[in-house]
Amino acid sequence: MATMSPRRFLPSALKSTPYYVLSGALAIVFLFPLAWAAFASVSGTPGSTQVTGFGPGNYQTLFAWNNGLPTYFFNTVILSCATVVFTLAVSLLGGYAFAKFDFPFRNTIFMATLAILMVPVATMLIPLFVLLKFLGIQDSILGLALVMAMFQLPFATFMIRVSMEAVPKELEEAAQVDGAGTFQVFRRILLPNVRPGIVTVALFAFLAAWNDFITPLILIGTSSKEPLALAMTTMREQSIGVIDYGSLEAGVVVMALPCLILFFALQGQYVRGFMSGAIKG
Amino acid sequence: MGLLYATPTVIFVAVFFIAPLGLVANMSASHWTLLGGNKGFNLPDNYGTIADSSLFWPAVVFTFEYTILATVLLIGMGLGLALLIQSGGKWKGFLRTAFLLPSAMGLASASLLFYGLYSNQIGPMNPILQAMHLTSSPIQFLEEPLSALWWTTFLIVWRFAGFYMLILLVGLQTIPRDLYESASIDGANRWTTFRFITIPLLRRSLALSLILCITGSMLAFDQFYILTQGGPDNSTVTIVELIYHYAFQSQNLGTAAALSVVLLGILLIVNAIQFLRLRGAEDFR
Repeated sequence: MATMSPRRFLPSALKSTPYYVLSGALAIVFLFPLAWAAFASVSGTPGSTQVTGFGPGNYQTLFAWNNGLPTYFFNTVILSCATVVFTLAVSLLGGYAFAKFDFPFRNTIFMATLAILMVPVATMLIPLFVLLKFLGIQDSILGLALVMAMFQLPFATFMIRVSMEAVPKELEEAAQVDGAGTFQVFRRILLPNVRPGIVTVALFAFLAAWNDFITPLILIGTSSKEPLALAMTTMREQSIGVIDYGSLEAGVVVMALPCLILFFALQGQYVRGFMSGAIKG
Repeated sequence: MGLLYATPTVIFVAVFFIAPLGLVANMSASHWTLLGGNKGFNLPDNYGTIADSSLFWPAVVFTFEYTILATVLLIGMGLGLALLIQSGGKWKGFLRTAFLLPSAMGLASASLLFYGLYSNQIGPMNPILQAMHLTSSPIQFLEEPLSALWWTTFLIVWRFAGFYMLILLVGLQTIPRDLYESASIDGANRWTTFRFITIPLLRRSLALSLILCITGSMLAFDQFYILTQGGPDNSTVTIVELIYHYAFQSQNLGTAAALSVVLLGILLIVNAIQFLRLRGAEDFR
């Protein structure tokens, strides 16, 4: 093998060619739509402000459409953040209880929380629509965030419980010797030690709320309260005749960009969350 | 003390999960309109309305067709991508990110993206396919029932293949290397190795992918609502779209609730079968 003859070299180069052809083709198929959306959002299309050439016209149209892009963007940010706050508040306390305490109906309550996984959001929206109306929080971002947080609870509670169970008992005992109560143990010992779990739970709650479509479709009736996913679909439907595809793709970019940034910033957490989420089967 | 910390969980689960579950059962047995509210008990009228509806069976058949198509393609694609990454070529890291990137997007935004991609107005698909001489006349991607199903499924494969790749990749990594080495010493070829080592040892990851894929596909909504709106000629109406239709077009919440109960029943059966199979395999954690 010391002297590599051309005869030997050639087949090995040929052997790796299919790998590059296949990989290249697949990479193009997966990346092309994303690249195209970014391209189309700045390209001229008939029926929008940006008729020809390249420029920010589609984004300007989007900015001024109906209640204005800032309203929908703000709604989505508030909704996603509120969902994260509710999810974390409930699952951190609940996860602490399930991980560190023994109390009546502990397993029943935990199993009931996990059972939410068995009941998909689509089958629950009709009764939730009626229930939220009864509670006076239908057609509100608050009601939407509460519902979305509830659907995050099984994953979040499971994740936090497992993370907290992994924290060594000695740390808590040391704090207890120093006279710390259960809440101080929670705040000073457990919270700092389950930070990766918290980030994963927050990331997934944020993305779920940011991207959810069917829940706001059913629970929100006022245009000014719509999150982006719903508003962009409404924009498409309202412009029957000439559809402003350019602005539509600009909307896609606005919706997708925060998700892609989070993806690149937190890829490790992403994979971890996917894997833990996969346990839900 | 523990119960105190679990109180928010109890309240959430009771108010937003247990109560609506009871409510959906009650609604499905009542004449309940969108604007008028509860008009009294009427079991089993709502279920009868569903069974008599000309939309119900086509929606069930279509949802099952779509589920089978999407599951076969997604698991196949996910496995193919996982094996490609696992083979450890030079582009491994780049490819993994590329395949996973669409999974970072929301399904609704991905559907809106493809709505533009498939359009004849600005969509690049037809010009590309024509330039490659794959088609002579422009394809109407979403105008014909079968083609609407295929191209919507294409969007789904694009959006979710990376997710299934990841699950299967984790499974592949748990297979001990020396199994492959001893197999190659015994003279096993690549197909034999794949068939008798990879597939059996990947069974748990495959079962997991299968259940996630089946239950997810049975609930298909966003992609069809956005891309086809159930058309052409109601040929792509899924069960969840029918729930939406009953509730907000027919304004009959009772019927919508009854259909929700039916769908929930189907999903519980699917889940139970998978759960028992996993339990039978004795490696369910």
